[in-house]
Amino acid sequence: MTTVALKPATMAQALGRALRDAMADDPTVHVMGEDVGTLGGVFRVTDGLAKEFGEDRVTDTPLAEAGILGTAVGMAMYGLRPVVEMQFDAFAYPAFEQLISHVARMRNRTRGAMPLPITVRVPYGGGIGGVEHHSDSSEAYYIATPGLHVVTPATVADAYGLLRAAIASDDPVVFLEPKRLYWSKDTWNPDEPQAVDPIGRAAVRRHGRSATLITYGPSVPVCMEAAEAARAEGWDLEVVDLRSLVPFDDETVSASVRRTGRAVVVHESGGFGGPGGEIAARVTERCFHYLEAPVLRVAGFDIPYPPPMLERHHLPGVDRILDAVARLQWEAQS
Amino acid sequence: MTVMEQRGAYRPTPPPAWQPRTDPAPLLPDALPHRVLGTEAAERVDPELLRRLYAELVRGRRYNAQATALTKQGRLAVYPSSTGQEACEVAAALVLEERDWLFPSYRDTLAAVARGLDPVQALTLLRGDWHTGYDPHEHRIAPLCTPLATQLPHAVGLAHAAHLKGDDVVALALVGDGGTSEGDFHEALNFAAVWRAPVVFLVQNNGFAISVPLDKQTAAPSLAHKAVGYGMPGRLVDGNDAAAVHEVLSDAVAHARAGGGPTLVEAVTYRMEAHTNADDDKRYRGDSEVEAWRAHDPIALLEHELTERGLLDEAGMRAAREDAEAMAADLRERMNQDPALDPMDLFAHVYAQPTTQLLEQEAQLRAELDAEARHHENEHESEGTAR
Ligand SMILES: Cc1ncc(C[n+]2csc(CCOP(=O)(O)OP(=O)(O)O)c2C)c(N)n1
Repeated sequence: MTTVALKPATMAQALGRALRDAMADDPTVHVMGEDVGTLGGVFRVTDGLAKEFGEDRVTDTPLAEAGILGTAVGMAMYGLRPVVEMQFDAFAYPAFEQLISHVARMRNRTRGAMPLPITVRVPYGGGIGGVEHHSDSSEAYYIATPGLHVVTPATVADAYGLLRAAIASDDPVVFLEPKRLYWSKDTWNPDEPQAVDPIGRAAVRRHGRSATLITYGPSVPVCMEAAEAARAEGWDLEVVDLRSLVPFDDETVSASVRRTGRAVVVHESGGFGGPGGEIAARVTERCFHYLEAPVLRVAGFDIPYPPPMLERHHLPGVDRILDAVARLQWEAQS
Repeated sequence: MTVMEQRGAYRPTPPPAWQPRTDPAPLLPDALPHRVLGTEAAERVDPELLRRLYAELVRGRRYNAQATALTKQGRLAVYPSSTGQEACEVAAALVLEERDWLFPSYRDTLAAVARGLDPVQALTLLRGDWHTGYDPHEHRIAPLCTPLATQLPHAVGLAHAAHLKGDDVVALALVGDGGTSEGDFHEALNFAAVWRAPVVFLVQNNGFAISVPLDKQTAAPSLAHKAVGYGMPGRLVDGNDAAAVHEVLSDAVAHARAGGGPTLVEAVTYRMEAHTNADDDKRYRGDSEVEAWRAHDPIALLEHELTERGLLDEAGMRAAREDAEAMAADLRERMNQDPALDPMDLFAHVYAQPTTQLLEQEAQLRAELDAEARHHENEHESEGTAR
């Protein structure tokens, strides 16, 4: 066995590397969006790509999200694999018409004749002190649209592997990038970056026996921290990182909840009509007889994303997760 | 008998009714951006107006410098400077009557301040204590808009509504060159023209949309040329010439007020600073380009005109600088105080009648804050006993 050299890398670097490798491997992969060329993207994820692959494959588009995604549809129809960047979560909304009316359903309406292998990269979520319209968690809109895959990495290795898988997918993938984790570092082997499991597999990030925290994206590190803190209270928490919201890995999630008998879903988008409701319902349907307590949700408030100086009150933090964990002592309470 | 069977009897005639407009010339912009300063036209401009513009430009530049300094001290989350573009900002504010409305985008704090908004209130979006720190009705300034071009249909709708009500109100909407590529720009212009809405669109073409230069944004001869396709006049103006921008916008506002419908104005200017303090403009443009524009500075242009004609002396310039300095000092001082925030405000303005789930969440946060406060109190007490 050879030992691999692990080096620190950020999630943004791993994403850039995934784009680079995908472009090098497959000449049909094209990157397009606002400021992705000369500037390398406002988060520098596409840094260096224009130099390496030229403007025809790494394109600074006019400033028009519906146009970016709409032209990507046509490019995909003609055999290319566009990877489009939406600059920020809330600026993807002008493109929703294209996403919902065309991208998500082209395969279906053409009886499989016209699949659209498009990857839509969307930096999402709060916690970076962004001004209005720079912190939305829009995953509920995406997962409510049949025909789209929706994935979101929480680690550097997953950022690489999931993005490669998304670009290779013959179906459209909404690739949600947790902005808050762009600069998070991990040790990673940049010389031999690894593919991950196919899209749709969750990962158990921490094993535990007393309850399962089900989470994804920016909330994964928060849950890991909460699990550490919970040890002091005598709780041994398992943390499941979904990685993919669509398809949803019922198997891994149910297996975990059956082992622990208790579950809390954690995400920063609003709870009402949010992904947590769907997840809690699925867990209840599959694990009812194993549950010692109702499945709880810890989510952002049901408010428009607040201004930066107040966002800490909105984002689910360790304390709110621990409170929910305490409420899982259902029998003792009732 | 079908049309095909009729063939022999068919006599071609011109198509009925509709013909394309054959004289778009009145809608087309001039070949070169309109200029006033340094030309004979300048002599016809009211000296008082020139002095007023000058004072506002000097204030505006100082405001930009102060706000940028506040980002370095961590007092502002981010600031998109309009240094170099002050002439557009100031003219946009000054051409409007009190009853008119301004629809700014995120870079247009100066226009809002020149219209009378409190400089601190204008910065709440960028400071991060609330999204819009003022009541839009007070000065008739819509919230500074961050999603690009989305304020343009709002301006059209407001102008249209005012017109329907019989009020002679005009809306002036500001957008960047990049924003003209958005679908909302197209829809807004189209609605405005079809409804003959009393609205003026001012595009500040400052050369870049973050890093993307104009030639990657559009292949149109100019952005003002876009007007002709909608059936409204397009006007091209030197965006660093405050008198020219004021004149062109005044004409457009008067035209709109008189029932003539919308105008698209493109002001050709340049963004002297990076997109925001967080941007690195070295990646996409060279110093020489920036320097070339520095030689066409809006303040210097006007100052030259005024001093040449004896309308401004050293004392006048000093007075303008002192006034700007006082504004900056006041801004600095007030921005250096921590804003008093109430986290319960998170729930205060979501609905007129809060939903049950919001009331629950409100109670949850209240309990958390109370617990936090008790925790701090206990800490203080135990500190006290230890001493
Ligand atoms: C719908 C939308 N897409 C993307 C952005 C991100 N963004 C903010 S400013 C900007 C460039 C705008 O350029 P321009 O319209 O020329 O105005 P300027 O910044 O030059 O004043 C971009 C892409 C946004 N705010 N809204």
